[in-house]
Amino acid sequence: MELNLAAIIFVAILANNILLHQFLGVCPYMGVTKRIETSVGMGMAVIFVMTIAAIITWVIYNFLLVPFDLGYLRTIAFILVISSLVQLVEIVLKKTNPTLFRALGIYLPLITTNCAILGVAILNVQADHNIIQTIVYGIAAAIGFTIALVIMAGIRERLDLVNMSSMLQGAGVTLITAGLISMAFMGFSGIMTL
Amino acid sequence: MTTISQVFTKGIIAENPVFRLLLGLCPVLAVTMTAINGFGMGIAALFVLLCSNIVVSLIRGVVPPRVRIPAFILIIATFVTIVDLVLNAFAPGLHEALGIFIPLIVVNCMIMGRAEAFARKNTVGRSIVDALGMGIGFTLALTVLGIVREILGMGTAFGVDITGAAFEPMALFASPPGAFIALGILLLVFNLIIKRLGFE
Repeated sequence: MELNLAAIIFVAILANNILLHQFLGVCPYMGVTKRIETSVGMGMAVIFVMTIAAIITWVIYNFLLVPFDLGYLRTIAFILVISSLVQLVEIVLKKTNPTLFRALGIYLPLITTNCAILGVAILNVQADHNIIQTIVYGIAAAIGFTIALVIMAGIRERLDLVNMSSMLQGAGVTLITAGLISMAFMGFSGIMTL
Repeated sequence: MTTISQVFTKGIIAENPVFRLLLGLCPVLAVTMTAINGFGMGIAALFVLLCSNIVVSLIRGVVPPRVRIPAFILIIATFVTIVDLVLNAFAPGLHEALGIFIPLIVVNCMIMGRAEAFARKNTVGRSIVDALGMGIGFTLALTVLGIVREILGMGTAFGVDITGAAFEPMALFASPPGAFIALGILLLVFNLIIKRLGFE
């Protein structure tokens, strides 16, 4: 599949937003969108890890699994790589960049269970992206994730002030709001889809 | 100590993984466009949960606590790969429809959560019952959401036309925004039922 990079960026951020259209990473979407600051922190951590994870899983798949005909070990290999990568990033950041570590710190361990990371790694392999497309798609998908997160956090900060039924509070209203945001993002798919 | 029947029923109602704990929502939203896909996903997750709970419970004294999380991930990933290959061989249609969400069962927080919170501290028998309860609760939630979305979005349930020609299907509920909205409303309904029945 030959795609120009601008198309990949547009589709990954807006038209096929990883969260609102492909439903990857809904758990952190419900969990860390109570405040804008936390959602920005989570978003930054995801951009950081997703880009590195996309590159490393691509290299492992194309230079290790494919040559030895081990494609069926993809899921196991990827999840192990991602969880050890998260640990590694944590250790390296702690030593080399304590400021960034303090900012991202608590979000890093949560990322292991963020299906968006594994999802993007698998999508890259399925779509036969080359290394450049992989990097671009990783960054763009993570930016789309962050945008969705921050929009939701902004709305939820306002929702806290609203008087509503206790039955709908929390998850219920968050999901319905997500539906409305998703509808808005669907408008972009009229311009271009994959 | 909770009784064995409490272990079973809590996963279905009081601690339903989807409606109460909001765990593993990605597949819940993504594959429930039709009832049969939701049911298939539920069964696949149930199988992985059952197997991983059994193995985690069997090795509970053996694995050092410090490396337990990677060990759990490896166990879960193994069973997910089995499900992936089996579905591809025997139900290619379902495999196609569930797509990327089969390998993503690995990161389903429900399965990891049961390994961490239950199976590693309980006997094999109790872990099996726990997995069955949670898995059935998960399957039930996915199937219900699938039925609601399929009826509203396409006018059918499990592929059978039930609304007749007079009903104009709302395409919204077959699309991604509809998934969020339908689940939000189902949560509201479930909360009301729970309150009426006094499970609170």
